[in-house]
Amino acid sequence: MSLAQKARYNFMKDLGAPALLWLQEAQRKKRSRKPNPYLGPPLKCAGRLREIMTRHYYLSRFTKGAKPVAWVTSGAPVELLRVFDFYTIYPENHGALCGAQKKGPEICSEAEKKGYHPDLCSYARIDLGHAFSGKTPAGRLPRPDLLFCANNICQTVLYWYKELSYYWDIPLIIFDTPYNFQDIRKKDIEYMVRQFEEMIPELERISGRKYSHDRFRKIISIARESASTWGRVLATMKHRPAPMSIFDAFVHLAPIVSLRGLPVALDYYRILLDELEERIAKGIGAVTNERKRLMWDNIAVWFNLRDWSSLFAERGFNFVAATYTNAWAETIHYLDERFPFESMARAYSLVILNNNLSNRLKLMEQMIRDYEIDGLVILSLRSCKPYSVGQYDIRRLLGDRLGIRSVVIESDMTDFRTYSEEQTRTRLEAFFEALEV
Amino acid sequence: MTYFAGIDIGSLTTEVVILKGNDRMVSSAIDLTGTDCNEAVEQALGQALSRAGISRSQLSFIVATGYGRITIPFVDKKITEISCHGVGAHHLFPDSGTVIDIGGQDSKVIRIDKQGKVLDFTMNDKCAAGTGRFLEVMAGAFRLSLEDFGALSLKSKREIPISSVCTVFAESEVISLIAQNQAKEDIIRGLHRAVVNRIWSMVQIVGVHGAVTMTGGVAKNLGVVALLEEKLGGKIHIHSEPQIVGALGAALLAKRLFI
Repeated sequence: MSLAQKARYNFMKDLGAPALLWLQEAQRKKRSRKPNPYLGPPLKCAGRLREIMTRHYYLSRFTKGAKPVAWVTSGAPVELLRVFDFYTIYPENHGALCGAQKKGPEICSEAEKKGYHPDLCSYARIDLGHAFSGKTPAGRLPRPDLLFCANNICQTVLYWYKELSYYWDIPLIIFDTPYNFQDIRKKDIEYMVRQFEEMIPELERISGRKYSHDRFRKIISIARESASTWGRVLATMKHRPAPMSIFDAFVHLAPIVSLRGLPVALDYYRILLDELEERIAKGIGAVTNERKRLMWDNIAVWFNLRDWSSLFAERGFNFVAATYTNAWAETIHYLDERFPFESMARAYSLVILNNNLSNRLKLMEQMIRDYEIDGLVILSLRSCKPYSVGQYDIRRLLGDRLGIRSVVIESDMTDFRTYSEEQTRTRLEAFFEALEV
Repeated sequence: MTYFAGIDIGSLTTEVVILKGNDRMVSSAIDLTGTDCNEAVEQALGQALSRAGISRSQLSFIVATGYGRITIPFVDKKITEISCHGVGAHHLFPDSGTVIDIGGQDSKVIRIDKQGKVLDFTMNDKCAAGTGRFLEVMAGAFRLSLEDFGALSLKSKREIPISSVCTVFAESEVISLIAQNQAKEDIIRGLHRAVVNRIWSMVQIVGVHGAVTMTGGVAKNLGVVALLEEKLGGKIHIHSEPQIVGALGAALLAKRLFI
């Protein structure tokens, strides 16, 4: 870590990033869109969110020599890395960003050129495609000093991160979370805690910084507070009309995924929560005429967020719950600074994709009741097998138990070559027609 | 007298049904969709109107359905073919509980209630396996008409299994079987089996509830119907003109919406 590089990082943090943000906002104002009559006023916080995420990606370019950099999977216990001041990049979040900017197919094909199969997860293809070609709408991503991966979200990440580790000759730390076929077992928790203990000296060596238990406990507490606040943000959608929609939540999810454990994420969700509570008090809804309330199952389809939010809003349908956005509120609040390692093992092992299907069924039943859901939209995603497996059974069981109507649509979250607009529209419209009595 | 029209613009054909206020079908017309939806609609609608002996201004309400529904400017309402096939099948066969609609570019299995309202449905994914297009491509490989193609499959004594469900790969499999001098009807029977297996798995997702009705152009294919009935272990309801069921449903919905 050189002094000059640190000085450059700090200069960019204090002057470069604010200048960039100012320019960006000025450009946005020039090309502002006409308001959509079916949607309520946009969230005021959106500007602050753009600022946080732009600054995060922009500053990452100047980390070399100033801060150690880690690339992290969305379900990894990042709190431990924060103790060592790692600058974290989330390839899945970057994949979503590429998807939203409709760059999925272009960057995926960079990986396909090297022989990676089109059936491989498109986040993995985007990340590998980016690694091979340098293509990204984020300008430039810093080459990591560490790859940190947890298999609680899927097994693909293991091989994907191993590839990166091999190409770049960079250390990889894997956090192995045994699948919970039933309730979590004591010996599994012990196994996971043991892994954390083994990681600490490695993280000290890679980062050149010392472990501090006090600091770790503080970070754990911030992460828990952020997740609880995110949970309260989502819970505002129990109100009628819901002050935000799941399409908003998909976007506002970014800080809890990529900046978890940092004060900036917690501060952001407090501001967002205040704004939502104010909207509730004033009766402002995300959809002007909320008639039906829907739930979403699976990752967001990033390239279509805007089109779909108006397709649903036009008919007075609002998505008020999603298993996906809920995942960052569901278990992270188990974190407890009194038992940081044990609670971290529990929080990360019990995430929806590492837990059995009966748990998922129970969770969805509860959400359907709590959020007074009229219909369920299930996305079957070839990229995400762990999320998509069992959906037909869950759909049948929820239909039998709660009489809930549902529709299955097929797409990819970023690679729109596998998406058929007409067929999907027909399925959704037929579902809308069936929901109207 | 009030009249209603239903227009179903599919990938291959466009159908029009004209209905009198008493739900009696007055006339119908079928035309190829071709590359211009609007022209196909004008043709079919003109034909149906002249058969009914009425003018366009006498139509009180028009509903459009099918893939081309979005492009037709003058209609009063656009409704998906899923809802329309449900209503049409229920009107023709009131005991229908499950409707199998196989058209040119996609296939659907629809579960309806006792009023013809959609309870559940499933569709093929972004793939031509199990659709009319699959059969069309295969009939093309044999240089046979679709009617002859279906009828020939019934003559097979020794069915040859086709392993690929992909339209493109199945076609090359067929070409190599033809090159091996295998009997046409045996290969054709295998192809029909492949389509039916694909549809059958969709039927199982939705389930068989009450009588099964088949609609869409592929219902005219004797080979597919025979194999589906074999799987089902019973008869399937098929109207003499299965292609117009969607347009009929649209016309019935036009009347409901008008009133």
